Amino acid sequence: MAKDKSKTGHGNPVWKFFTSVKLTVVVLLLLASTSVIGTLIPQNSSEAFYIQKYGEVFFNLFKTLDIFDMYSAWWFLLLIILLAVNIVVCSIDKLNTTWKIIFPEKIVFNHERFIRLKHREKFDIKDNVSSLQSLYVDFINKKFGQTVTEKGENGVVIFAETGRWTRLGVYVVHLSILFMLAGALMGALWGYKAFVAIPEGVTVDSATLRGSDTKVAFGFEMRCNSFNVSFYDTGQPEEFKSNISIIEDGVETLTKDVIVNAPLRYKGLSFYQSSYGTDSAKNVVLRLTSNESGMGYSFKMDFGQTIDLPESGGKFTLNGFVHGYNFRGHNLGEGFVGTLVYSDTSDHNEINKKLENSATKADTNASTAQETTSVGQSSADGQSSADGQSSADGEKVDSGTEEFTAEKKITPHFHEVEIYIPVKFPTFDKMRRGHFAFEIEDYEKKYYTGLQVTRDPGVWCVYIGFIFMIIGCWITFFMSHQQLCVEIKTNGKDACKIDISGTSNRNSQGMKLRIMKLAAKLQNMQR
Amino acid sequence: MNSSMLLSITTFVYALASVLYIGAWTFKKDALAKIGLFTLVAGFTGNTLGIIFRWIESYQIGYGHAPFSNMYESLVFFSWTVAALYLFVEYKYRERIIGAFATPLVFLAIAYASLSPSIGSKITPLIPALKSNWLIAHVITCFLGYAGFAVAFGFSVMYLIKPEKTAPGTLMSKLPSLDIMDELIHQMVMFGFLFLTIGIITGSVWANSAWGTYWSWDPKETWSLITWFIYAILLHLRMMRGWHGRRISWVSIVGFLAVLFTYFGVNLLPGLHSYA
Ligand code: HEM
Repeated sequence: MAKDKSKTGHGNPVWKFFTSVKLTVVVLLLLASTSVIGTLIPQNSSEAFYIQKYGEVFFNLFKTLDIFDMYSAWWFLLLIILLAVNIVVCSIDKLNTTWKIIFPEKIVFNHERFIRLKHREKFDIKDNVSSLQSLYVDFINKKFGQTVTEKGENGVVIFAETGRWTRLGVYVVHLSILFMLAGALMGALWGYKAFVAIPEGVTVDSATLRGSDTKVAFGFEMRCNSFNVSFYDTGQPEEFKSNISIIEDGVETLTKDVIVNAPLRYKGLSFYQSSYGTDSAKNVVLRLTSNESGMGYSFKMDFGQTIDLPESGGKFTLNGFVHGYNFRGHNLGEGFVGTLVYSDTSDHNEINKKLENSATKADTNASTAQETTSVGQSSADGQSSADGQSSADGEKVDSGTEEFTAEKKITPHFHEVEIYIPVKFPTFDKMRRGHFAFEIEDYEKKYYTGLQVTRDPGVWCVYIGFIFMIIGCWITFFMSHQQLCVEIKTNGKDACKIDISGTSNRNSQGMKLRIMKLAAKLQNMQR
Repeated sequence: MNSSMLLSITTFVYALASVLYIGAWTFKKDALAKIGLFTLVAGFTGNTLGIIFRWIESYQIGYGHAPFSNMYESLVFFSWTVAALYLFVEYKYRERIIGAFATPLVFLAIAYASLSPSIGSKITPLIPALKSNWLIAHVITCFLGYAGFAVAFGFSVMYLIKPEKTAPGTLMSKLPSLDIMDELIHQMVMFGFLFLTIGIITGSVWANSAWGTYWSWDPKETWSLITWFIYAILLHLRMMRGWHGRRISWVSIVGFLAVLFTYFGVNLLPGLHSYA
């Protein structure tokens, strides 16, 4: 087969270089071995991480070679391009020859070829040539493939073949790779991946591109109506669910639950459940315990609402929800902040001083402490980069009060103090020794949902490649071009010698077994 | 009888089957291989029932998912696929002694699942990311692929230990002819390659439906691709460069090491694929 190549007229050495399977093997080896690097060195992490892990020198070396994003490094892409060119050139080069084999002007059987075959099945049978011929031709036509009968010495030779076209299978395999690469290219050129975090009840119309601050507009609006996470009794999460509405020109056109494994697809964009976090709270119930009377009071409050405290304790406004609060070096976690205004009475002077001390030390760190949970984690096919990215993006959403001011005296007789009420430490506010100790009796979390937004106009092309790949492999591996030769020779009156042989372009053992079975059938045929 | 008990018994039945096959070869007693076949079929039946019971039990507990969701379940299924594939090969090629090189793999996988302290056999609920019908298609096809490569590995070892010339009546002469073994290795590699291909593709389609990217170069994905490349190299070397026998056996062994790494080793790397 190799010698035929010069006939195709491509004597050009560059062309020759790209037709070689040696090149294929080398490129595949390089792809396989370099791919290992990216599984050993975490991809797309921060520079600080790499410097700390590998030191300055290796960092610089790796950076020059794009090792930190190696699957899109120029040299890796070059290998892929080399493979693609190799496939194209090789296929064009060989197709000509294969085509002639598959669609010859006239199918001719070469008896010599069969005579040379080592494995053959022979038996004697009591019958005459012509009756055997018609019997066998019928049978082989039905069970094997189209027959051609020729005159032989002292009898006839029946040839048959099947699966000539299966020689095309390998072209389908190679073509499928081109489809996948083309699809990937389309995705890289015209697609994007972005992330958006939508608090419950909020409407957005754009997302932030991954790895940058650029926003991309959807062309419509979407609202997160609610987010829910449910848990198994083992504590493992069972389901993450966002209820999303699409709004176009002010009209709600679609409302759908987005769960992991069931994204929302709309106008070429896909929205995948990727993370979630606490955005804020609702239905907050405050519990106040009076230090003077020992009485307890409960209030259900909304943000921004102001209540008059009992026992002439002043006024309290619930300002917001914070994700973290730093108190003397400890993060007290999620909590609520509010403003207390009360009138000055003599016995409070001492307390005020105390309060001033602790309040200056305290500061919130709402953004760093925010909890984001990525829902893809420990998944079967989890995507480190996607998840890592979304949690980083998730941090951009924050709410609640970020700064506390120390107590302010509005007038000599009125004080305004910002207080922090942690969720986890109900006795914390007692330390302030105010008129009332505040604690959180109950509240509901208000979540935000983190959605990954992708647009990939190349997916269909990749999928066509997938289908071709499977079909092509199936044809190449399990089907073959088989040829059969049955020779019937007279051996005295009403007796014949039968000699059966066959070839196949692959799986010779399978062919041998097939011939054995066929021979047994022919021998025992009912007449 | 619950599934764990059934699978424990299966482990011992498989052990017995391997011993019988190896015995048949070393003592040159074909009768032992026949008993080995029956034992293997018995083990395979137990294995099948074990998987079905486990499936039913998971519904009874209320988790309700196919038994392909963690290392234990995947190893049990791996044993099942290797056993199934081997039985098919023995049936089709009428060679018995080769069982000595395939059945130990069946036993080792399930024994590792049952005995390794780091592998829990408890039925656990499915995390949201795994709740997809693609899970079943993905796991079954991947493991059929791995099974093909495992059996190819067994046959490659067999090929390498057989000398070119064997005196009749010796241990080595009981092995099939080099031609047949070469063919068997090739058949198994093609089978494995097809199913690994489908496995990677179903995984990819699943990833796209769950996370919006069909390929993200996560270490497990990358390693399955590396494995795929190695076997693609093998196929080309064989088809176009005329490699056969010993050299192909070595490539197939390297390929199987890559399979093992994809299966076990990747858990040592940074990444999120939690199992299988
Ligand atoms: C990832 C890339 C590739 C894959 C997955 C692939 C896959 C395959 C498969 C499955 C076969 C059939 C093997 C067999 O018959 O046992 C094959 C055969 C072949 N491949 Fe590739 N291939 C790839 C790249 C290439 C390239 C770049 C070339 C270019 C020279 C090439 C040239 C061939 C040739 C010449 C054959 C033999 C065809 C025949 O039977 O006449 N392959 N390939």
